[in-house]
Amino acid sequence: MTTTTTKEADVAPSGSALARLRRKRWYQQPMVGRLVGIVSAAVLLDVMSGPQGSREDVFFSLDKTLGSLRVVWWLIGAVVLWAILEFTKPLYNRYLAASVGPLERFHTPVTGPVRQLVAQTRETSANLRRIVWVRIGFSVVVIGLLILLPSLLSTFWNQVLVNEVAIYVLLAIGLNVVIGWAGLLDLGFIAFFAIGAYSTAYWTGAMPVDPPFKLNAFLVIPVAVATCLLAGLLLGAPTLRLRGDYLAIVTLGFHEIIYLIAKNADGFTNGPRGVQGISNFRVHIGPIDYKWELAPEPYWYLLIGIATVLIIAFLRLEHSRVGRAWTAIREDEVAASATGVPTVKFKLMAFAIGASTSGIAGVAYASKAGFISPESFLLLFSVLVVAYVIFGGMGSLWGVIIGTAFLAWLPQYMKDWVNPNDRFMYLGALLIIMMIYRPQGLIPSVRRKRELSMAKAGLGDADAMSEPAGGRMT
Amino acid sequence: MQPDEILDYLIPGIMLGALYAVIAIGYTLVYGVLQLINFAHSEVFMVGAYSSLLALTWIDPSSNPTTFMSVLLVAAGLAVSGTAGAATAFTLEKVAYRPLRRRNAPRLAFLISAIGASYFLQNLAGKLFGRDSRALPTVFENKKVFSVFGTQVTILQLLIVCAAVLMMVGLDYLVNRTKLGSGIRAVAQDAETAGLMGVDIDKVISRTFIIGGFMGGIAGFLFGLHLQLSFTMGFLPGITAFAAAVVGGIGNIRGAMMGGMLLGIVESFSSPIFGESWRYVSAFAVLVLVLMFRPTGILGERLGRSA
Repeated sequence: MTTTTTKEADVAPSGSALARLRRKRWYQQPMVGRLVGIVSAAVLLDVMSGPQGSREDVFFSLDKTLGSLRVVWWLIGAVVLWAILEFTKPLYNRYLAASVGPLERFHTPVTGPVRQLVAQTRETSANLRRIVWVRIGFSVVVIGLLILLPSLLSTFWNQVLVNEVAIYVLLAIGLNVVIGWAGLLDLGFIAFFAIGAYSTAYWTGAMPVDPPFKLNAFLVIPVAVATCLLAGLLLGAPTLRLRGDYLAIVTLGFHEIIYLIAKNADGFTNGPRGVQGISNFRVHIGPIDYKWELAPEPYWYLLIGIATVLIIAFLRLEHSRVGRAWTAIREDEVAASATGVPTVKFKLMAFAIGASTSGIAGVAYASKAGFISPESFLLLFSVLVVAYVIFGGMGSLWGVIIGTAFLAWLPQYMKDWVNPNDRFMYLGALLIIMMIYRPQGLIPSVRRKRELSMAKAGLGDADAMSEPAGGRMT
Repeated sequence: MQPDEILDYLIPGIMLGALYAVIAIGYTLVYGVLQLINFAHSEVFMVGAYSSLLALTWIDPSSNPTTFMSVLLVAAGLAVSGTAGAATAFTLEKVAYRPLRRRNAPRLAFLISAIGASYFLQNLAGKLFGRDSRALPTVFENKKVFSVFGTQVTILQLLIVCAAVLMMVGLDYLVNRTKLGSGIRAVAQDAETAGLMGVDIDKVISRTFIIGGFMGGIAGFLFGLHLQLSFTMGFLPGITAFAAAVVGGIGNIRGAMMGGMLLGIVESFSSPIFGESWRYVSAFAVLVLVLMFRPTGILGERLGRSA
């Protein structure tokens, strides 16, 4: 039936309204659209790879990229690429597609013995996974390798390992609870990091205001956790009752408030000059007296210890009642609340747990660096941590850890041949491309992947933002 | 602050508020049709400012332009910044949001894509035009026009408020009286049903972005006349304007206008009361307070229901 109608439309006289509606002008052809896309991408790449702009001349960079021969080469390249893609397609369809044909037989569903084998393999691997000792053994090997890592690297890379990789991994582990498990977008994560760092400065007596009594940096950890927990509860309690994306904007505002307080409350935080002389970690119990000094390695071991404890705790949480509640909220908040999950309570819990993890990282950072200033707590870093978590694959703890470690290491590695100021340009482009082609991240969690594919089919949702984005193309 | 100084802060506050209102409309329109916080809107604003910088530098005005020349330059600046803003917003929708809509991506993905676009545009501008702040060439001499109870009103203040009011009236007409406007309201109310009723959702969304981008770009130019340009210039006005949109009730166009005015005036008054360095905190403080006590904003939500 449908074929006849299309045929009728094809042979209909060109004057009829239907034919006029169906006819595509030359610029409406998908081919032309692709050409425009490729050419714009080439112009953009030309501009992106051009020289840095100069202070004196606004046109300097544009002149060097769009006003010179460079752009012509880019355009030729783009058109050639387009032509190859467009004109090999009919050839491919006519000659190669036919010969590819028989191969398609392999795409038929697997049945019979093969299927049994697959099922068997699955069962064995499930059994294997059930053996706790294998997992523990594997973890011990990984931790052992991580402990050996600093001795293989130079001092510079050891500093990077502690200051960038370890701190960011710690932050990402915390943020993963908020974004990955509870599905809430927290754009002010570094605010809690700042609270942790400034509490360290305060309780170790480095701030202009003296504390009632000084504390060892280790003892600041519970204090900082409590402070962050409280701040998280105060911020989350009113906003978590609202729709999901209000949380994003409120946390963003909260971050700005904390940043501006750190910068402007001169008498308390020492303002833009920052706080110096924050004491390092120190253990002093009976005969044992050990002080963490300038060398990065001891901090590395300490941070591995903290991260391991947190990872174990969070993994236990993920597979507990709490973790299941988070999953339920993330997938369908209305259904979760209808089946008796106290959604606000659990969202608040995730938010506060994330905040206190960020606080722990703040304590570690402040006492390692010995110096903090408001510039260490820019909004940029909050967004960066979010990007790291998404890149790794939110919800999958291993993905998040590996992705964060990779992205924290990459700018240090690239800084010799890419202008460090440009790296956020690439990060931005990476985020867009990632969201379009691989929203589930580098190493996605199985559950998350399924949620995304279900959302794609129009069933359920993959975050706790309550209603899906409008204008869906169903 | 003395009682007779009130006008000294109220008039700059109204100017600032008019700018925030124009930017806030961009956020609220997009939020209305897509339920998306368009984080990259602050970069549309920045692109508008930089495009007018390029255009005006290219025309190269003399240091002391005649009145006729001034009018021409302002018109050129408005036209270029509006066009550039609209083009940026259109491209943004096409590249960063449409593919996600096609895949029915969850909202988190939209937000992250928006953040990515924002960072990309911001740092691209930083790379192209240098990372130092710079000023627009002198377009007109900022003379006093008239005074209200002893407080002088400058040409710039008058220009910004007039342009903003004109745009807002135009937009109000467009949304409430034209076919495109009813399309926008229909998509905001229920995209799926609007689609079934024959509204071309894609086209409506795309044009919504163009309208918001046009206004954002012009706001960028006007802001550039007032303060300096830098690649991060969009951030604070952008986030304040978003706060304004939320305060007025996100998705509600008249609410965004009101919220923008409110936050501009509050910001202007908070600097003599709390000190200059605290002025930017005021917007967020108002935002948090409003969300706590009236989560749907002053005028309530949703473009389709109340605009």
